[in-house]
Amino acid sequence: MSILVYIEQDQGKIKGSSLEAVSYAAGLSELQGGDVNVLGLGSIEAEEWNKVGGAGANAIYHIGDERLDQGVILAHADAIAKVFEKVGATTLVLAKSSLGDAVAARLAVKLGAGLVSNVVGLPDLSNGFVVKRSIFTGKAFADTSIDTENKILAVKKNIHPIKTDGGEAKVESLDLTISEENFVAKITGAEKAEGEILLPEADVVVSGGRGLKGPENWNMIEELADSLNAAKGCSKPVSDLGWRPHHEHVGQTGVKVAPTLYVAVAISGAIQHLAGVNASKYIVVINNDPDAPFFKAADYGIVGDAFDVVPKLTQAIKALK
Amino acid sequence: MKILVCITHVPDTTSKIQFTDNNTQLDKKGVQFIIGPYDDYALARAVELKAETSGNITVLNVGEVETEPTLRKALAIGADEAVRINAAPKDAFFVAKQIANYAKDKAFDLILMGRESIDFNGGMVHGMVGELLGMPSMSPVMKLEIEGDKGKLSREIEGGKEFIEVDLPFIAGCQEPIAEWKIPNMRGIMSARTKPLSVIEPAEEAERTAVNSYEMPPAKGAVKLVDNVDQLVDLLKNDAKIL
Ligand SMILES: Cc1cc2nc3c(=O)[nH]c(=O)nc-3n(C[C@H](O)[C@H](O)[C@H](O)COP(=O)(O)OP(=O)(O)OC[C@H]3O[C@@H](n4cnc5c(N)ncnc54)[C@H](O)[C@@H]3O)c2cc1C
Ligand SMILES: Cc1cc2nc3c(=O)[nH]c(=O)nc-3n(C[C@H](O)[C@H](O)[C@H](O)COP(=O)(O)OP(=O)(O)OC[C@H]3O[C@@H](n4cnc5c(N)ncnc54)[C@H](O)[C@@H]3O)c2cc1C
Repeated sequence: MSILVYIEQDQGKIKGSSLEAVSYAAGLSELQGGDVNVLGLGSIEAEEWNKVGGAGANAIYHIGDERLDQGVILAHADAIAKVFEKVGATTLVLAKSSLGDAVAARLAVKLGAGLVSNVVGLPDLSNGFVVKRSIFTGKAFADTSIDTENKILAVKKNIHPIKTDGGEAKVESLDLTISEENFVAKITGAEKAEGEILLPEADVVVSGGRGLKGPENWNMIEELADSLNAAKGCSKPVSDLGWRPHHEHVGQTGVKVAPTLYVAVAISGAIQHLAGVNASKYIVVINNDPDAPFFKAADYGIVGDAFDVVPKLTQAIKALK
Repeated sequence: MKILVCITHVPDTTSKIQFTDNNTQLDKKGVQFIIGPYDDYALARAVELKAETSGNITVLNVGEVETEPTLRKALAIGADEAVRINAAPKDAFFVAKQIANYAKDKAFDLILMGRESIDFNGGMVHGMVGELLGMPSMSPVMKLEIEGDKGKLSREIEGGKEFIEVDLPFIAGCQEPIAEWKIPNMRGIMSARTKPLSVIEPAEEAERTAVNSYEMPPAKGAVKLVDNVDQLVDLLKNDAKIL
């Protein structure tokens, strides 16, 4: 019954969504028994392991191979499969992400496992293994049973509290060889915004829409985001027009976010945009059109000119601190 | 170059999602079905690559007879032939197994899919097919160039993108801005009628997961509108308790 959790790192730090996956696994282990084993790949800062113990791990395994610092899909999948067998796990838990998805899919085949993606809660074990997942881009849920012995759960963000009181877990360094054939797809480089809060991981998101009229007006969005320690997002036309980079595009065809607070500035609230934000806990809308559809999906709203409201809001938030 | 494009037949992005039969079936009444938007990007890129390399495109769906108009639309956009594997697609692994079973002896140079379906949003079928066929799989892919027998692509990662070089054959799960969606023209629509659409019976394969029932999210309460930012900050602090 033991569980293996695959955690991801970003520049040596363990991602918040991965810590959430560890705590989810700890919750699962309370229901069905079995240890929570955690696997980290690549260079991870030594202090980071305390968080993993705190989040609920019983044992930690680390493969420090630097080639795994990058998200080489085949190599990560190979390493996880080997450790899954080594610890005698039957359930693999991981956070949903662009790497997590790609890796989990290959593992479903390698491990003969039933896989459920976008899991939003702990399973109901009263009649088999039934877990709720989000479908139709957050517009509905499906109670899904997994009928195989081995199981993979790709967990959506912000659905389970992150524990910090789990105690210490020993880190065992594994000396596994990941063969060359897993590196046939060569990562030749990357472009990454340095020092920015990752949008899918963010607890607060500030997004701007086409109503802001041009990229030169993004300063005020940046300042508001900074004051809230938020990641920046945008609507599809804004990234289509090249005002903002594609990885900031939120919605049905972009990033799906699940923050505690989503602030939408000058975005109309088209159904395809809403599909990417409907998992947010609170939504604030700033729009000068009182009939903008976004207000129907919002918790709080101001009908007003963004160029007037946003700087004032930044000031008011800074004044709180 | 021989390209396989796998497409889903899904409710239009503006559809109101509802369920019937005691929340066990999708209510298809009034729902318009389309090619999944990500699959549409995959198809559009395939059509461009075909023009560059004088290739051939097969478009495939695992679905029941109702998906044929969607396959015809893909033919109108520029695929050369269509294949429908005649089964209700009820589980990602089942779908992947059918695709792999069809593709295994066809020597495709490239298999393009969408990053994810917009009904079940798994984002998993490409990786599963990759593992089943022993091919590399990459997703979400934002740019794809073919140079000789090599693919050069960029894959979105959180906060940016990475660049990958990989030999053909491989599988890519596509998303924008890989290509612009293509709208079928009159000639495409006419020729689609006579292009081959074959129906293949599925390989025997057990499903690993099953949906017991569906559920709608709880209704959202009414918005609280305020006149100024101080009131908003007050709500965030004292009502939502998040500042
Ligand atoms: C298949 C498909 C997939 C799609 N996927 C996505 C997606 O993933 N994400 C996405 O965002 N869109 C998506 N779209 C596009 C979507 O339908 C909308 O066109 C888009 O979201 C509109 O962006 P917007 O709200 O920024 O712009 P607009 O619709 O132009 O709205 C601008 C808003 O700004 C307001 N405004 C103007 N000036 C001011 C001001 N001074 N102060 C305050 N408010 C102001 C206006 O009242 C208006 O509400 C998709 C469409 C399709 C067909
Ligand atoms: C009426 C109806 C009921 C359904 N019921 C269920 C259900 O109960 N449980 C369930 O899991 N699924 C169900 N689906 C199937 C669903 O549409 C998917 O085909 C399948 O589940 C894979 O979904 P995914 O989200 O994991 O795919 P993803 O992994 O997100 O898809 C990635 C890509 O794989 C390709 N792909 C995916 N599905 C197909 C396909 N069928 N044919 C060809 N290429 C494909 C596409 O290129 C797609 O962009 C149902 C579909 C219909 C029409």
